[in-house]
Amino acid sequence: MNAPTDYLLHLADNALILGQRNAEWCGHGPILEEDIALSNNSLDLIGQARMLYQHAAAQIGGEATEDTLAYFRDVPDFRNYTLCELPHMPLMSATAQGDRDFAMTMARNFLYSSLMVLVWDQLQSSKDPQLAAIAAKSLKEVRYHLRHSRDWLVRLGDGTDESHTKAQAALDQLLPYTQEFWASSPHEAEALANGTGIDIAALRNDWNQIVDEALLEATLQRPADGGFVPTGKQGIHSEHLGFVLAEMQSLARAHPQAVW
Amino acid sequence: MPAPTKQPDSADVARAWALLEALTDPEIPVVTLRELGILRDVRAGQAGLDVVITPTYSGCPAMGQIEDDVKALLQANGLQGRVVTQLAPAWTTDWMSEAAKDKLRAYGIAPPHACARPASGAASVVQFAARGTQPEVVPCPQCGSANTTETSHFGSTACKALYRCLACMEPFDYFKPY
Repeated sequence: MNAPTDYLLHLADNALILGQRNAEWCGHGPILEEDIALSNNSLDLIGQARMLYQHAAAQIGGEATEDTLAYFRDVPDFRNYTLCELPHMPLMSATAQGDRDFAMTMARNFLYSSLMVLVWDQLQSSKDPQLAAIAAKSLKEVRYHLRHSRDWLVRLGDGTDESHTKAQAALDQLLPYTQEFWASSPHEAEALANGTGIDIAALRNDWNQIVDEALLEATLQRPADGGFVPTGKQGIHSEHLGFVLAEMQSLARAHPQAVW
Repeated sequence: MPAPTKQPDSADVARAWALLEALTDPEIPVVTLRELGILRDVRAGQAGLDVVITPTYSGCPAMGQIEDDVKALLQANGLQGRVVTQLAPAWTTDWMSEAAKDKLRAYGIAPPHACARPASGAASVVQFAARGTQPEVVPCPQCGSANTTETSHFGSTACKALYRCLACMEPFDYFKPY
């Protein structure tokens, strides 16, 4: 049995867009080791996205390929969490420029990886065998991503006054976006119903445990839930995704069907 | 004009195995794809040989090169075939032979420890060492000292971490358990 196409795209788009965001640090990392770490992290995420797009493209058939799915869809077609598309800087309007904030990058990678260790673990028993195989590989990788981002969150939170302030600010900005994880969507409901997906809302307590333990160690305060629940996975995005796609897709769209 | 595809027989399969056994990894040229566990199977397919490989890390850029190397080797030896990528069972460093680990060490890369097997489900899917506890010891491949320290979880390729030896002061790569 195959997972619903939109469900595969949701998982793939999360990985691709966050991979693209983390790749923005390539050549700009605060230190060489972190430059390499974030590039490796991006490679893993983009690799996961490719496997998922290939699987989805085979299902869609026709002219669809991993490349058409990554490069020739527009903002409303993307099913990623809004969290994944946000810039690495304190939030401001789309065209405003600021410096990338490493604390934002690490806080986001931590919040996302904490979810995905649980998601990939459960998806290993998906009734879609290809998705289960992708999950088994991705789980091994996201464990390293979680370890890396958690280490940094603790180091920044329990570090200097300035690093603590920045880590707390990043958390205050990003944590509300995680409310989208638990909101229902048609493709997740469909995947759960046919046994190819999982009940993501049931992972909430485990996710809270991973997050709260880390925040305690990092001496960071968890902001209260509430307010706007983002809707990226349903195709209704923040203004930031368009800018990500413009940069990511421009080469492929300028030279359609070009190959290396 | 390409020669018509001949249905491969067992002699072709055996010959392909013998050739592919010797094919080394493009990034770590001292170990073979077979020893790393990337080359999974060679069998007679519908149209020529099927060479089954499994990717290491999802985004490993060497996989494209490996596929090209396999095809080129078959072609150079008059064998027809294709490369089949198989994801399950997921590749693990536990498949690496002892001989391969020795070769890695001699090449200056600390071989991977056995994978930890965290329990599945709930928050036990991921466990963190408490602060202050000793991390696992990765002996230096140059001088053998256990007095080493991790510089970065991520190294020159997706599969490696960066370490340095506090005895001989040399930096080295550690092939991470996967």
